[in-house]
Amino acid sequence: MSATTELVSYVTTSSHWTGERGIPWRTFEHLRLSASAVAVGIVIALPPAVWLGHVRRGGLLAQSLVNIGRAVPSLAVVAILFPLSLRYGFGLGFWPTFVALVLLAIPPMFTNAYVAVRTVEPAVVEAARGMGMKRAQVIGRVQVPSGLPLILGGVRVATLQVIATATLGAFVGFNGLGSFINEGFRQQDDGKLLTGAFLVALLALLVDIAFGRVVLRITPWRAAPRATKGSSL
Amino acid sequence: MNKDSLIWWDWVGRHTDAIRAATVEHLRLTVIAVAVGLMLSLLLSVVALRWRWTYTPIAGLAGVLYTIPSLALFAVLVTITGFTTLTAEIGLVSYTLLVFVRNIVEGIDSVPAAVREAADGMGLRPAHRFMTVDLPLALPAIAAALRIATVTTVGLVTVTGLIGQGGYGSFIDSGLDRSFSTEVMVGGGLSVVMAVVLDVALVGLERVASPWRQATA
Repeated sequence: MSATTELVSYVTTSSHWTGERGIPWRTFEHLRLSASAVAVGIVIALPPAVWLGHVRRGGLLAQSLVNIGRAVPSLAVVAILFPLSLRYGFGLGFWPTFVALVLLAIPPMFTNAYVAVRTVEPAVVEAARGMGMKRAQVIGRVQVPSGLPLILGGVRVATLQVIATATLGAFVGFNGLGSFINEGFRQQDDGKLLTGAFLVALLALLVDIAFGRVVLRITPWRAAPRATKGSSL
Repeated sequence: MNKDSLIWWDWVGRHTDAIRAATVEHLRLTVIAVAVGLMLSLLLSVVALRWRWTYTPIAGLAGVLYTIPSLALFAVLVTITGFTTLTAEIGLVSYTLLVFVRNIVEGIDSVPAAVREAADGMGLRPAHRFMTVDLPLALPAIAAALRIATVTTVGLVTVTGLIGQGGYGSFIDSGLDRSFSTEVMVGGGLSVVMAVVLDVALVGLERVASPWRQATA
């Protein structure tokens, strides 16, 4: 049986669409985990990044965070948190994966937001001050909106990394889309393997496209620049 | 010996041979992937620079490959090329393309027009100018891409451990299977060390290769 046939036959079997091992449940779990990790990452990373960019300090921190984020493999973060989570009673599955995802989401979001705010044209900031804007207004009405495409670029990179790493969570017992891949390997079931792979790839590509659309819509005055996919700075 | 500790140094001491073998394996997978990725990207960049309209589709395809989560890509490849080194390398190479092609093309694009005209005025043929003027001047951008690709690849090789081709990744894989944290810590820790060492080495190499300017990025 060819790989494509196996994929089609797996996806068209109705029992694969029900229960906690089914496609809808695992897709939902994958989305739930990814969304919560990105949300928590945003809350942790963006406020200090915007503030430091505003006061023009912490360049070294931003640079170091990128380098660390790149050098530490996501699988290693997930794997190392696994024994820690077991030891401190958070169990396997959701929690070790969640903490790993939050940690991995922070560097790209922080650095892009920092660069975004810091590199807003100084003349624009001066003009805002000259108009009598207070500090909070300069940040909220000038610097953040001007830097929004780049800030969202960071969130986009972080989200894609989170979705990819949530897949690896299958290896520490997280019941998401990666579980199809993990089980597919172990049971030598190509249909299952490909189902997981295609769903994860599709999810990542759709999220990437959606981000592109959102950036265009909320910042119609400029085309979205390519986010620093780990590059730049 | 405290069996509860996250790293059991005794195990490390008894497995120096396995660790050395994994180091060689990890390095080999990384170097092959980055070298092949760089060659392929140079080729693609030449095409993109010669026929401008091809740049968008080339960068677009590289972007799609980059966006697909690594485990998903490896999983698909396994059904075609099996649990082999080839599978690992195809995946690893495909993740280096975006950063290489983008930096090479942008690096060469940013060569000042005056420099290019001077080279043309001296009678250099296009291919000759490309090799002796454009490429050397784009070196800082290419070196920056080389560092990013290398460090990223070192991390991704741990994932190829899940398909049985992983250097340090095999420690992580087996550590997870047996719930043995020492192996996980050793695999993850050494991978970070290798990424940092290679990054520092490449910075040094770039300083040597382009003495006329300070290293950027």
